[in-house]
Amino acid sequence: MSQLDFSVVFDNLPYLWQGLRFSLLLTAVAFAAGMVLGTGLALLQHLEVPVGAQLARGYVALIRSIPLILVLFWFFFLVPLMLGALMNGGRPMPIGGVWTAFITFSLFEAAYYSEIIRVGLRSVSKGQYEAAQALSLSTYKTYRFVILPQVVRVTSPIILNQTIILFQDTSLVYVLSLTDLVGAASKLAQLNGRLVEMYLAVAAVYLVICCTASQLVAYLRRRTQLNQNR
Amino acid sequence: MFTVLFDQGSDGRMYGVWLLSGLGWTLSLAFFGWWLAFAIGLVVGIGRTVENRTIAILSRVYVEVFRNIPVLVQMFLWYFVVPELLPASLGTWIKQMPPPWGAFFPALVCLSFYTAARVAEQVRAGLEALPAGQREAAAALGLTERRTYWLVLVPQALRLIVPSLTSEVMGIYKNTSVALTIGLLELTAEARQISEETFQTFAAFGAATIIYLMLALAAYQLMSWIDERARIPGTAPPARRKSLRLLARRLPEGASP
Repeated sequence: MSQLDFSVVFDNLPYLWQGLRFSLLLTAVAFAAGMVLGTGLALLQHLEVPVGAQLARGYVALIRSIPLILVLFWFFFLVPLMLGALMNGGRPMPIGGVWTAFITFSLFEAAYYSEIIRVGLRSVSKGQYEAAQALSLSTYKTYRFVILPQVVRVTSPIILNQTIILFQDTSLVYVLSLTDLVGAASKLAQLNGRLVEMYLAVAAVYLVICCTASQLVAYLRRRTQLNQNR
Repeated sequence: MFTVLFDQGSDGRMYGVWLLSGLGWTLSLAFFGWWLAFAIGLVVGIGRTVENRTIAILSRVYVEVFRNIPVLVQMFLWYFVVPELLPASLGTWIKQMPPPWGAFFPALVCLSFYTAARVAEQVRAGLEALPAGQREAAAALGLTERRTYWLVLVPQALRLIVPSLTSEVMGIYKNTSVALTIGLLELTAEARQISEETFQTFAAFGAATIIYLMLALAAYQLMSWIDERARIPGTAPPARRKSLRLLARRLPEGASP
């Protein structure tokens, strides 16, 4: 066993930081887009919109049953075809791995967020809906001002936990050869043969970020619980 | 569309056989990985609730470490890093394992340890959900702590957490696909190889997707059957009656209706 030498990690910090920034950006975009789409999917099911509800259910079921790597492969193959059919007169439009990753993670996470939000919608008591109706609020206003704020409050710890998992899952863009944190580390590791130090460093970075984040979520959970009991 | 599965691949076997061999690796990883994860997770989960501070802290550290590192990075750690850190002779022996096993065992260890951390959290939640009277009654009967866990607390906790273990079972079979990054030819990897050789991407990925869907359905049905059998009478929420609504109510982790 050779001696561990972490200088290779410190020498390449800018490149690794660039990778980490991509991981964080991908997490942020997938979180924002996934929440919007996920809320839409959940509402389609909650309001029992004809056809839409079934489609949403099927989509969520499908996405949640197959591995993320397979979803990434699917979209890597399908998205250029779909974009081509829409905008390029039927010819496939190559968009590269980065855009594929953004689109895939948004659509993939939407399925997971929608499940959380759907459970949240069910947990709002019936009286809230009835009261909104008694005030003759429109459906839009009922959800926008009465129901969804409560749902966000109840589900926020679960949503944040899911986002931590999302951040960990972004490492799987490695299979598209993108340069996220793991991708950057593996390229450096192959370049100078320092796999052990590189992967240990990456593991430490993830451990610190995710541990801190989950402590914050636990704190938040305690605080919201306190407020509800008051 | 799926006729490509009956064509002969570059090694003389049909592409359908490639998929089946991939399915075999996926299933064996998921099956053995699950039982290892369950065993480790049970021990660690109990460890988080015992009174001994040292054991409780060690269990907590285990959970935090294995839950907060992405499964892909853990896979690399077991495959690339651990053989280097072990004594040279042992490391070389691991690195010289013949092809499928050289990737299979690191993947198995990785998935077991990763899933065990998640199972441990469910076990802990189950144990904490039991009324304090159970533990007190066991103490009043003069049971030792070990016998209290073994005879009173654990059997009840396990019966409570069957639904949340379902999502961990689903998780481990989906995570088996991460093993392709260290070169194990499981289902997803075989599908990609078929698509690269034949350019029949729809057929290759479609077939793999259908197989994964059937696995999900089978796992879900099995777990609902176990849940129906094992449920403690009177604890079931009424919404849990219908067993065939596959996806309507797979609650995410930590959600309580």
